This record gives sequence, structure tokens and C-alpha cells, in this order.
Amino acid sequence: MNPAGPSQTGLPAVPQLGRKRRPGESVIKAVLFGSAMISTAITFGIIAALIRPVIDFFAEVPFGDFFATEGRFAVLPLVAATLMVTVIALLVAVPLGLGAAMYLSEYASKRARKYLKPTVELLAGVPSVVYGFFALTFVTPHLLQGLLSIDVGFTNMLAAGLVLGVMIIPTIASLAEDSFSAVPQAMRQGSFAMGANRMQTTLRVVVPAAISGVAAAVVLGMSRAIGETMIVALAAGAQKRLTADPREGAQTMTGFMAQTAGGENPVGSLDYNNLFAVGLLLFLLTLTLNVISISIVRRFRQAY
Amino acid sequence: MSIAATTAREVTERLATGRSKDRGVGSMVFLGLLWFSLFFGVVVLLALIVSTVIKGAPRFDGELLTNYTSVVRPETAGFRAGILGSLWLMLFTALLAVPLGIAAALYLQEFADSDRPWNRFVEVNLQNLAAVPSIVYGLLAVAVMALLGFDRTGIVLGGALALALLILPVIIITTREAVRAVPREMRDGSLALGATVWQTTWKQTLPSAIPGIATGTILGLSRAIGEAAPLVVVGLASSVTFDPAGMLSQITALPMQIYSLTSQSREELRQAASAAIIVLLVMVLGLNALAIFIRNKFQRSW
Repeated sequence: MNPAGPSQTGLPAVPQLGRKRRPGESVIKAVLFGSAMISTAITFGIIAALIRPVIDFFAEVPFGDFFATEGRFAVLPLVAATLMVTVIALLVAVPLGLGAAMYLSEYASKRARKYLKPTVELLAGVPSVVYGFFALTFVTPHLLQGLLSIDVGFTNMLAAGLVLGVMIIPTIASLAEDSFSAVPQAMRQGSFAMGANRMQTTLRVVVPAAISGVAAAVVLGMSRAIGETMIVALAAGAQKRLTADPREGAQTMTGFMAQTAGGENPVGSLDYNNLFAVGLLLFLLTLTLNVISISIVRRFRQAY
Repeated sequence: MSIAATTAREVTERLATGRSKDRGVGSMVFLGLLWFSLFFGVVVLLALIVSTVIKGAPRFDGELLTNYTSVVRPETAGFRAGILGSLWLMLFTALLAVPLGIAAALYLQEFADSDRPWNRFVEVNLQNLAAVPSIVYGLLAVAVMALLGFDRTGIVLGGALALALLILPVIIITTREAVRAVPREMRDGSLALGATVWQTTWKQTLPSAIPGIATGTILGLSRAIGEAAPLVVVGLASSVTFDPAGMLSQITALPMQIYSLTSQSREELRQAASAAIIVLLVMVLGLNALAIFIRNKFQRSW
């Protein structure tokens, strides 16, 4: 039982009136507590699941062969391709996501926002395998090779990055909009009172005031882009290659994982363990970005 | 209200929003750019749907839904196994993730003390889990299945486990939001009448939060049904020629079939993939529409 009464979130403290024992209540509370614990334990579950095969992997393959630029187990070409695709995606998603967020927060009426916001969010609802198909069968042949006549390969990082960028627009837009909306109305009114119009107010008052939120949005978008699998597996290429040319195809970390997992590699084999090593690196990379993003958001929530 | 009063009010309101100064060229260009960024995505989505429909149109027939995939005769390939597999996966994913997610959210929101550092950690942890790449959940599901003693993981249980782990954080976060939105007075009223915290939660808070929870759950499931990455890792087959028959039955799923058909370059297979994408989009966008409908129709604002 709860001796102090419900002094928790949302519930004010109430005096303990009855002393009636309610065993059912404790059981329910224990069950709910257990559910919360299981959900929390998933993070540790992921680390535990990844660590065993990774230890086996590094027992056979030296660190130097894994963090190398070439060779069977080299991970750096995969990391380079991942970063290239991510940068292209961010070049698309950051301006468009912030633009959409500015419109939704500063220009749209309440009613318009009610319809426009789900429309923007719909982009995140489309399955990534569909985006991958689109990148491979429409963006590369019709848009890049056809309309823009760029000399790109059948699979290339450019098409994958562009489509990936469209996919993460809603991630950036919705977090940025939250932070714009959190800017106090008084700051805008001060700006209007000085004779500024809405563009000046948006760009010189609202965005600087919410800059930490914008940073959080970009970092989260980056994490999403790094971890996205199906678009890059289909459209970015299946060859491990170290190249700075986005018109070429090169395999990313997630692309490698999908290919290895889809192949016939018996459990415990070296290639299978390699999959987990890349997976652990991917997890740690996105974990770092997520934690940075979350802590920035926490700070700006407290600021106003 | 008289016309004069209305006009006076409108003028004041427009001055207060800075709208009267929006006429400059720079402002108009800026507004144009904002419109562009808002509708760019919609244009891409339309291009995606139109190009896919054109490509897949010749394949819209009964065989698409009733036949199994066939390598020998790809022009009559159907997605019966994939569609049924996806529906089965969704059902078992919901059975695994929804009760657990709602229970966890209720504990965190109504019972746990949110000021304790441990609970702050739990919160950050959940937000992080919601952003962990989906392919990593596939690796986790493989490990859990090995722990449970299954040799083959490409079965209903393996796929559903991966997807349930994937959407659990989403369900918890949205349920907490929905429960948090229920006003404190409703809880106070119930508590004042002598109800315990659990009785209050079960009879007052939870029913009021149901529309919000339903919206979040459906959006989570629509994400799950379109995911292919964790299923690839779990090792779902890309082509199966029988219907799912139970938790341990081998299955495939629609996104898996689209992935494997797209990876091959034969034109008939691409065409079949286009048709399958339309089926998948109908399912996913249908679920999204359902969620928005529930939100707009049932959600109360206090």
C-alpha cells in the first residue's frame, strides 16, 4: 500500500483516512510496476543482446581490422557512406522542416494548423520500404537521370539521401514547432510594438529564442537518418566503398546489416557476429545523438 | 456588435499580429518559401502515389489478393500470404505491446514519483528507446527468441516480438500524454469520495483517456505494419505459399515481399511490387485516417 497517499504526479497529497487493507491494490500496483520495469529494461536488453556476439567477434578479429578503411570487416567505409547520406538528408530536411515549423507556429490559424499538421506528419507514416522503392524506381531514373540529367549510378547515395530527407521532415518540423510555440507571446508582441513585421519577428525573435529547440530537432533528425534502413538498403547501394562522390553507390551501416541478416549466415559465424558489431556501433551512435537531443529539449522546456 | 466596433477590433488585432506590415517583397518571398516547405512533402507524396499507381495499375485484379507469390509466373503473383501475414503480425504485436504499454504508462504517470532521479532516468530512457533504429529491435528480438529456446525466428512470434518491442515506447509515451491531459479535478473528485488511487485510475482517469490512447496505439500499429527492417533481421521469409496457422507458423509480411521484389530488377516483379505497395499504403493510410478520425471525434478538451 501507499502510506503517504497519492502524493505523486498530478495527484495532490491526501490524508490517509481508512486503514482498510486492500491486497488487490498491491497486486495491481506490483503488476503495473513490473510492466514499467520490463519496458525500462529494454535498453539493457539491447546492450546485453548485442554484447555477446560482439565479444565473440573481437576475439577473432582485431580492433584494427574493424576500424579500418578497407578489408572484409572494415566498418569505416560504411560509416562514411552513412554520414554522406545523412548530410544529404539533413540538407533537404532542415530548411524544409524549419520552414514548415515556422509556418505552422507563426502564420497558420488555429483551424489551418489542425489540418496542416497531420498532413505534414503523414510523410512520416509512409513505410520506409515504400520510400526505398520510390528512390530506386522514380527518383534515380526519372528525376536525377531524366529531368536533371545527372550522371548517377543505378544505386546512388544522392537519391537515397534526398528521399531520406523527405522522410525526416516531420521529425524536425514537429520538434521545432514545439520549441517555437514555447516562446512566450510577450516577446513577439514586443517585436510587433517596435514595428517589426511577422517575417522579422519570426527570424529575429522567435527562432533565436528557440535556437536550442532547433538544435534538438536537427540532432534527432540526424539520429533518425543514421538509423533508417530500407531506403538505403534499396537505393544507396550494396557495395562497401569509400567514396566522397554522392553520385556513386556505397553501402551504409544499416544497409550492410540488412544485407547480412538477409543472407544465409549461420548463427555464431564470423559474418553473423560482424552484423552485431556494426549494430552495436549504430546503437551507440544513435544513443549519443538521442541523449544530446533529449537533454537540449529538457533545458528549453524549463527556460520559459 | 456594430460595424464600427467590429472594424476597430479587427484593426487592433491586425496591428497586434504584425500582419499589416507583411506586404513587403521580402515578406512575400519569405511567406512563399514557408508555403513551399509546407507543401513540398505533399507534392513528393503525391508523386510517389501517382507513379506507383501507374506502374502497378495493370495488376489490380482479384489475383493480387488471393494468389500466392510465384517466381515461375510473376505476372499473376499475388500477396495473399503477405497480407495475411501482416494482419497476423499486427494482431499479435498489439496483444504483446498494448497491455504492457498501457500498464507501464499508468504506473509511470499515476503511481511513480516523477521527482525521483530514477524516474527521470526512466523518462529519458523511454524517449531514447522511441528513437532507437528499428533494425536494432530486430537484433534484440533474435536474442530474446534464442533465450526462449527457439531455433527458427522467422515465425509469427519472432516477428511480433520485434515489432512489439519497437512500438512499446511509442505506446507508453502517447498513453502518458493522454493520461496527463485528464484534469486533476476528476481524480480529486474520485479520491474525495473514498476511492483508492487504482479505483480512480481504472474508473475515472483511464476511461477519459481512451480516445488519446487509441489514437497513439493505432499510430504505433500503423508504424509496425509498414516496418521491414526488423523483420529482415528476424529472418522472415520473403515468399511463403501457405496461410499463417498459429504463433509458431512461418510467415512473410507485405513490406518483406516488397523489399525482396524491389531488389530484383525484372519488370514484372517491379510491377507486382508497385501493386503490393498500393495495398500496403491503403492499410497504413487507412489506419492513420482512423486515428485522426478518433482524435477529432472523441477527444475532449477540458
